[in-house]
Amino acid sequence: MTAVKKKTAAASAKKRSNVVAPLFASRAIAERNPGTEFNARWLTDIAINQSAVERRIATLKGRRSVKKAWQSAWLLRAISCIDLTTLSGDDTPGRVKRLCAKARNPVRADIIDALGAQSLNVTTGAVCVYHVMVEEAVAALAGSGIPVAAVSTGFPACMAPIETRLAEIRASVAAGAAEIDIVISRRYVLNQQWDKLYDEVRAYREACGDARMKTIISTGQLATLTNVAKASMVCMMAGADFIKTSTGMESVNATLPVSLVMVRMIRKYFELTGFKVGFKPAGGISKAKDALDYLVMIKEELGVGWLNAALYRFGASSLLGDIERQLEHQVTGCYSASHRHPLA
Amino acid sequence: MNIEQIFNDMSYGPAPEDNTKVVSWLADHKKGFGLYIDGQWQKPASGKYFDSVNPATGDKLGKVAQANDKDVNAAVAAARAAQPDWFGLGGHGRARYLYAIARLLQKHSRKLAVLETMDNGKPIRESRDIDVPLAIRHFYHHAGWAQLMATELPDHQPVGVVGQIIPWNFPLLMLAWKIAPALAAGNCVVLKPAEFTSLTAIMFAELCAEAGLPKGVVNIVTGDGSTGELIVKHDDINKLAFTGSTEVGRILRRATAGTGKKLTLELGGKSPFIVFDDADLDSAVEGLVDAIWFNQGQVCCAGSRLLVQEGVAEQVIEKLRVRMQSLRVGNPLDKAVDMGAIVDPSQRNQIAALVEQGVSEGASLYQPDIDMPANGCFYPPTLLTDVDSSNTVANVEIFGPVLSVLTFRTQQEAVALANNTRYGLAASVWSENINRALDVAPQIKAGVIWVNTTNQFDAACGFGGYRESGLGREGGLEGLYEYLKPKTFTLSQEKPAGKVSASKPAGNLPAVDQTTKFYIGGKQVRPDGGASLPVVGADGSVIGLVGDGNRKDIRNAVEAANGAAGWSGASGHNRAQILYFLAENLSYRADEFARRLAQSTGHAAARCMQEVDATVERLFYYAAWADKYEGRVHQPPMRGITLAMNEPFGVMGVVCPDNSPLLSMVSLLAPAIAMGNRVVMLPSEQHPLLATDFYQLLETSDVPGGVVNIVTGERDVLAKVLAEHLQVDALWYFGSKEGNGMVELASVANLKRTWAQGGAQYDWFAPDTQGQRFLQEACQVKNIWVPYGDAIQTGGGY
Repeated sequence: MTAVKKKTAAASAKKRSNVVAPLFASRAIAERNPGTEFNARWLTDIAINQSAVERRIATLKGRRSVKKAWQSAWLLRAISCIDLTTLSGDDTPGRVKRLCAKARNPVRADIIDALGAQSLNVTTGAVCVYHVMVEEAVAALAGSGIPVAAVSTGFPACMAPIETRLAEIRASVAAGAAEIDIVISRRYVLNQQWDKLYDEVRAYREACGDARMKTIISTGQLATLTNVAKASMVCMMAGADFIKTSTGMESVNATLPVSLVMVRMIRKYFELTGFKVGFKPAGGISKAKDALDYLVMIKEELGVGWLNAALYRFGASSLLGDIERQLEHQVTGCYSASHRHPLA
Repeated sequence: MNIEQIFNDMSYGPAPEDNTKVVSWLADHKKGFGLYIDGQWQKPASGKYFDSVNPATGDKLGKVAQANDKDVNAAVAAARAAQPDWFGLGGHGRARYLYAIARLLQKHSRKLAVLETMDNGKPIRESRDIDVPLAIRHFYHHAGWAQLMATELPDHQPVGVVGQIIPWNFPLLMLAWKIAPALAAGNCVVLKPAEFTSLTAIMFAELCAEAGLPKGVVNIVTGDGSTGELIVKHDDINKLAFTGSTEVGRILRRATAGTGKKLTLELGGKSPFIVFDDADLDSAVEGLVDAIWFNQGQVCCAGSRLLVQEGVAEQVIEKLRVRMQSLRVGNPLDKAVDMGAIVDPSQRNQIAALVEQGVSEGASLYQPDIDMPANGCFYPPTLLTDVDSSNTVANVEIFGPVLSVLTFRTQQEAVALANNTRYGLAASVWSENINRALDVAPQIKAGVIWVNTTNQFDAACGFGGYRESGLGREGGLEGLYEYLKPKTFTLSQEKPAGKVSASKPAGNLPAVDQTTKFYIGGKQVRPDGGASLPVVGADGSVIGLVGDGNRKDIRNAVEAANGAAGWSGASGHNRAQILYFLAENLSYRADEFARRLAQSTGHAAARCMQEVDATVERLFYYAAWADKYEGRVHQPPMRGITLAMNEPFGVMGVVCPDNSPLLSMVSLLAPAIAMGNRVVMLPSEQHPLLATDFYQLLETSDVPGGVVNIVTGERDVLAKVLAEHLQVDALWYFGSKEGNGMVELASVANLKRTWAQGGAQYDWFAPDTQGQRFLQEACQVKNIWVPYGDAIQTGGGY
């Protein structure tokens, strides 16, 4: 195991404020989180006050507002952070191909031209599919630099045997997936078996090899924000590259309060180790305005250094469509219609 | 900035709120704003105007009228003339007008918010999301009280004409806090907005006209301090309500002393923000943003003193520094700004001077390296660490965006530091341990306690200070009472016992000497001065000698009362038991007390026995209430509760009348101690032996030492010492008419709560001289906000 880089809170905070906005398309994290030993003490002083967290979120929306050119730029940034996703029982190669084509060209060229954003070469952050679609997606995205992410480990319930789950990771990596979105055993969280959760995620990480691991903690099934915080911390100790809110299959998926708690844990982990872990809210984010709220929260709580695809993703399928309409509105001054934009 | 650049730096652009409607409203009034008197817009009699300025830009917004004595007289006369019909309209009629005002405020909410921001400099987010919605809520809530007044408060009348003087930090909201309850209760008002921020009050007056409010019900007079002074000194005003500095509050207390005018004061504070090591520290830091950088820290209840537990102090301070780095200071009309302008350069200079002083006294200064506007009146968010408790910035209200940090070791030390102030407006307590939070909240001497939150307000929850943070409450039922007067007590028809001069006793043998003592700290104590006064019976004979108390005896009695703090924490059941026991012991010795009454007052034996019986019953009555006069639980619009607790003042002075000396004394003493106060009592000067006999009952009834202390002597001389004593928290005075003004004036130093009812001989046998009114006067309401919740909505999956 890599030695943990310990830093004082002061030093790490200083480092954060000095972070330069990384260039777009630098999806690789400079220093990948190697994880740490299981450190129970990092969990004991975690205290989350739900009402206070909700109040922060309630007022945050009124504290920041991005308009006009800023709104367009922020929305393009949002697109660059989307894991364009299809996770359905009726997915076919044809459907996945169309999705990949959209990932390469998420916004109509005339709109990009009108915005003067050609040089940005905006694509989505990744395409996210089930294992059986990985090969198709890899082929469809060849040469684009867009990674393929595979949901794995018995997604979404995590009730398959551990050997099966690990084998699934290895199979997807072998098929060309550069990112693996794993699910955790919620029972370990609900029963406070943090060491078991650590061992499980650690094993996943080893199976991932060089592929980036996003750990989905399924916040909608974790009962309390304190559980959300502790599960986030354990996953980071176990080597998560990203922590992710939801599978999209829980009845409540990504919310801003839950995200705030996870993001604050990322900050805490950074202060403790000096390593940056990414964040991916998923499920339920379908409006451009929602996406801006998330980006504002990340900027306010973590800083601009986290606002790029290396450290931030949206797990979404219909969000892109709404952003396209907003961008066209910025260009034309008229409200847009969805049929004017190519289907994902 | 082009899109590619923004894409790379992810900066915030400008997000200005549209102010064109307000600009055109200001243009419509270019010739100067009038005074709103008797439903008419009038030019000031003086013909003088002063400028209203946007502090963020320095731009002149308009000319505001300077009201003089003629204008104020006209406004008061209009209010006086309108008041009978306004009250006569009935609760439902008044409710309809208040409802209409609330609706109109809602319909013009954005215009009001923008105007407030331009006039005051506060961020549009705050005026839009906090000030204006709370003002609207206040009118809706009080429309409800108007509707319910006849049935729920049947024994109350409006006070009449109310003079109201409001500050510049929340101009429209403070107007709502003042006008809504006043109107609901059937009063008419003359309101003066602050000189810096008159404009939303003027726009409000236009809305009153639009609502068709009868003329004279609301009168708005603008002007500087001299206009305020005219209102304060006006003879035909029945009540004054003021929000502002403690310094000016004292001036009002002096000016109204002895006039019989009702007075509420919402004054300054140095409110503690206590962070325990088991708190959600990230949320606590965010709480501090809301506590001290809300409205640029120009908030009377701002959490300006951070008390943080040593073990996490460094961590919290570091988090704060990082957080301060992302605060945005700038154009308050920008929707993405956290802090706007300071209201006026004079205020900014005062803030800067106090910060400099704090630093010169040893504090370390931190101000983040953030963009500050080049022009306009701004001051950066400021953190002062290494502040010890003697530093000026730990004690003085700065009224700016300046946080002073102190550390503590234990819960006890946190409480001691929190209470180490003359103020007592508000406090925040941050801990994830409910046992700790709910233990600490009642121990802090402040009118509002926020648990794991801060700066929350609601019309249903009373707001107001302990100690030098003010008198009275605003909001809630307790706030409404401040605009009502209960019926006056029934007057006694009995001929008062005349003072008799001593005559030579008949007979040869001297009677057994009866020299009584004081009763202090549970012991019989000789007078410090070694002097006694003869007590003359109704027949002119000397029936005993009582101690002639002096300043030192009062000091000792207050010390003893202060030391008996355990009584305030005793259960209502426990206090009830002791009151019942007192009643039991009095009934054993009923004959003796009746004889003493007859001897001292000259009343007939049967009348005297009646008084003893009534006294026994009175003890039963307040014993009965001791475990029943409880607070309320509010449910403001949040997930949580607000506990409105009735708390004793602490040390109370009780000055007793002469008539019905036993019954009247117990009528005052019993409710005071039933609610948990410790009392220093000055009994009837004419009939003190009832009190000195009574201490023998106290001794045999398990009343803990120091709970009741009795000092005899010259009543008004001693009352003055009590009124001036800074450790005495409240004073009931039932002596002479002149004494009312004397105690009110003498209590200015620590702004103790006074209830001066002297000058009349009340019928202590009447049903109205016993009741909840006495309990109400014996306690103050503390509102403890407790948000809760620890479950996120869960479920789903396969």
